[in-house]
Amino acid sequence: MSNGVAEKTQKTIGGIRRKFAPWNDPQAVPLIRYQNVTKRFGEFTAVDNLSLDIYEREFFALLGPSGCGKTTLMRMLAGFEEPTEGMITLAGQNLVGTPPYKRQTNMMFQSYALFPHMSVWDNIAFGLKQDRMEKGAIAARVEEMLKLVKLEKFAKRKPHQLSGGQRQRVALARSLAKRPKVLLLDEPLGALDKKLREETQFELMDIQMELGMTFLIVTHDQEEAMTVADRIAVMNHGKLVQVDQPAVIYEQPNSRYVADFVGDVNILDAKVEALAPGAVTLRAEAAPDMPIRVAQECPAKVGDSVALALRPEKLRVELDPPADPSVNTLTGTIWDIGYLGDLSIYHVELPNGVRVKAAKPNLTRMVERPITWDDKVYVSFTPDAGVVLTS
Amino acid sequence: MRKGLSWFNTTSIALGFAFLYIPIILLVIYSFNASRLVTVWAGFSFHWYVQLFHNQQLLDAAWVTLRVAFLTATIATVLGTMAAITLTRYGRFIGRTLFSGMVYAPLVMPEVITGLSLLLLFVAIGLDRGFWTITLAHITFTMCFVSVVVQSRLVTFDRSLEEAALDLGCTPFRTFFVITLPIILPAVVSGWMLAFTLSLDDLVIASFTTGPGATTLPMRIYSQVRLGVTPEINAACTILIAIVTVVVIIASIMTKRQEMERQKAERLAAAG
Amino acid sequence: MAVKSSGRWLVLAVPYLWLLALFLVPFLIVFKISLSTDAIAQPPYEPVFDLAAGWEAFKESFSALSFDNYSYVLSWDNEFIEAYGSSLWIAGVSTILLLIVGYPIAYGMARAPKSIRPTLLMLVILPFWTSFLIRVYAWIGILSPEGLLNQLLIALGIISPDQPLQILATNTAVYIGIVYSYLPFMILPLYSALEKMDDTLLEAAADLGCPPFAAFWKITWPLSLPGVFAGCLLCFIPAVGEFVIPDLLGGSDTLMIGKVLWTEFSVNRSWTVSSAVAVLLLMVLVIPIVFYQNLQAREVEGR
Repeated sequence: MSNGVAEKTQKTIGGIRRKFAPWNDPQAVPLIRYQNVTKRFGEFTAVDNLSLDIYEREFFALLGPSGCGKTTLMRMLAGFEEPTEGMITLAGQNLVGTPPYKRQTNMMFQSYALFPHMSVWDNIAFGLKQDRMEKGAIAARVEEMLKLVKLEKFAKRKPHQLSGGQRQRVALARSLAKRPKVLLLDEPLGALDKKLREETQFELMDIQMELGMTFLIVTHDQEEAMTVADRIAVMNHGKLVQVDQPAVIYEQPNSRYVADFVGDVNILDAKVEALAPGAVTLRAEAAPDMPIRVAQECPAKVGDSVALALRPEKLRVELDPPADPSVNTLTGTIWDIGYLGDLSIYHVELPNGVRVKAAKPNLTRMVERPITWDDKVYVSFTPDAGVVLTS
Repeated sequence: MRKGLSWFNTTSIALGFAFLYIPIILLVIYSFNASRLVTVWAGFSFHWYVQLFHNQQLLDAAWVTLRVAFLTATIATVLGTMAAITLTRYGRFIGRTLFSGMVYAPLVMPEVITGLSLLLLFVAIGLDRGFWTITLAHITFTMCFVSVVVQSRLVTFDRSLEEAALDLGCTPFRTFFVITLPIILPAVVSGWMLAFTLSLDDLVIASFTTGPGATTLPMRIYSQVRLGVTPEINAACTILIAIVTVVVIIASIMTKRQEMERQKAERLAAAG
Repeated sequence: MAVKSSGRWLVLAVPYLWLLALFLVPFLIVFKISLSTDAIAQPPYEPVFDLAAGWEAFKESFSALSFDNYSYVLSWDNEFIEAYGSSLWIAGVSTILLLIVGYPIAYGMARAPKSIRPTLLMLVILPFWTSFLIRVYAWIGILSPEGLLNQLLIALGIISPDQPLQILATNTAVYIGIVYSYLPFMILPLYSALEKMDDTLLEAAADLGCPPFAAFWKITWPLSLPGVFAGCLLCFIPAVGEFVIPDLLGGSDTLMIGKVLWTEFSVNRSWTVSSAVAVLLLMVLVIPIVFYQNLQAREVEGR
């Protein structure tokens, strides 16, 4: 793919993505509906009375640690598991009781599950043959898919003659070939190395946009979810914790769990000292002599224990106190420095021993940085940098 | 889809095991029959067992068989393990194809051919036939089975363990005995047991390579069986089956216990 | 490890020389004797190579070799060709029966819960540890005219007491005997092939619209083929040369080459003809044996 085309596609994606928000439209009819779905395996409850709507053309991510029920939720849509209670509908039709081979969903397996005794071509054609499509149409569709994943030259190879990245593409082509109503992706990029994974994430987005399909991806990699998805559902213990756009999940997490799971975060325990419309004043245990102002509506009452979540990149570390008196400022000493190349992570120990992390972009090519170990520093952040969490 | 097939699976397993075990169970039951006729149940009796222990010929044959089997298993295990190491660790060497051919061929070679060819060898070199020729013949065909069993363990063996030992200054020779052997030991032991059983069981090769004075138990049983069914043979068979069953059960309990201890230790370690 | 220590060399040499001396050389001797003629002497064939007699005598011995035994064995007047054909037929039919009986058992075992699989496996192997002879012997008591099977059928009123089924001493009994004795050898390779199979492949097939029965034929069966080949060869090759089963369960008209060879050797005392029979049997089996070797070597070594 030449650069020009890539740029153009990116622009189109941007254009569509910006306007795309069916979940805010009360008229929109969801494509997939989980209604009060519970799944128990013996004593263990994998999915707990969960309801979720997913819209057509959406790229939806289920994010959570292993064992949180995200894979079970997806497998129930594919038909490999039946819900213990509740209903799942796809385009208005109840799916419960329909075997997997009669559902209009296709899945890309974590292990790819390529049939080892069949060539790439036959793997991609497998689903089409099940529909008793006529030969010419099958050939045309397979060629189209091979072109889509750029594997035209590999049609005759067997899966074991392909690299990991190529296998991943075959699996994708095979699951796309039938043009399912929903494509399910179970940790699709988990086996790829970091660089290839990042490239493939963008390709997935391109393909989803090009085919105008609905994608449901399961992942434990929050960066991956943030990159590809229109919306993310963060799960824990079989329940949805937060369902929203990536930026909302990151900037306005609704709980300690989400703040901690998605991205790096400093969490300071604090008490509510004063409340005003659109503002709250906290007193953190880590810095009892310094009131902290946060520009946010807070559901808590004065005196409640809350947590203040601060992303490292929103903290400024300086040797001199900040000039602007409206920012919150804590003092501490540099305990350790992690140099990552693009960023340096400063671990600052506050007076009572709590440590916070602050990320600072390395804007110059200096090897010796002005801030070094054991320096006394000022850690400052604006009132709209942090989030007050009540749960 | 698993649900739909499970009745089929259960039935096929049940029928298969019934087929495998009913003849053996009937054989055992009729060894306690008071009547000489196998077909008529005339009440419970240990008569045939008593008879059996007065059959000196049969007891002699059993003693020969056990000695042959023990020697065979021990030597075949050493040779088979060496062959397995050669085939898994030596890479390419001149004559490798011939060697691996000779290791795998006896697994499927019809016994009559092996027996005949060994006999003709012993005749050609003028070796007196008897106990030792049977043993040599048995070692030859059982070492190949040992080799296959040990090989399948060696290929899954983590080579870096040996490399670590060498890195820490252990000689290759010591490494084998201190690191490799303890880890592949279960496979070596099952190779030994397999060789023992094969030797114990063999009729055809022993018949070819035997000489005067060395009659093995299968040969003795065979010559009696050809004359017809007698409960005495049932009794002998029952004892053999009982011994094998007890050994196999003890072995499986031991492995299970080891496995449980290992798991327990792992849990403790995980708990800190 | 570098090739330098003599210990390392020894590990290779000892089993190698052992197999050369006790596996390969005997075959060459069999081959040589198959080209000799019977003699009333000890050993009962001539010529006897005697290296001590010098080169001339050695060369003379060579000229005494002949293909007479082969033309005797391959002549239509004798029963040998018939015996080869009949052995291949009986072994082939038995192998197909074994596959039909063994596949569902192996499949059921591979689909069984993981926790009980070792037990099932042990139950399949256990009869193998009991004597082969005992297992064949057990069927005599079951299949004979006054045996337990006939008693059961009479008691159930399926057949009349004066007309018992004649199974013992027929080829049917030989089939039963071979299937029974070789069943573990069929089940084990099938089981290991089926057990290795990744369940998600079947899920993928179902996901792509393939119902379970079709998925079996398109995915499970082709992927189990290595196990099928291994099991079939492992049963077929020894079954062709089988001697004990046709001798104990078969009738006088059951013709199998293993039994013929044994008779030729121990009753007719013709070492040369039995050697020729053995060489020809080996030639008949050499293709399946080589095929099996490759399969086995790939299975064990080439992962």
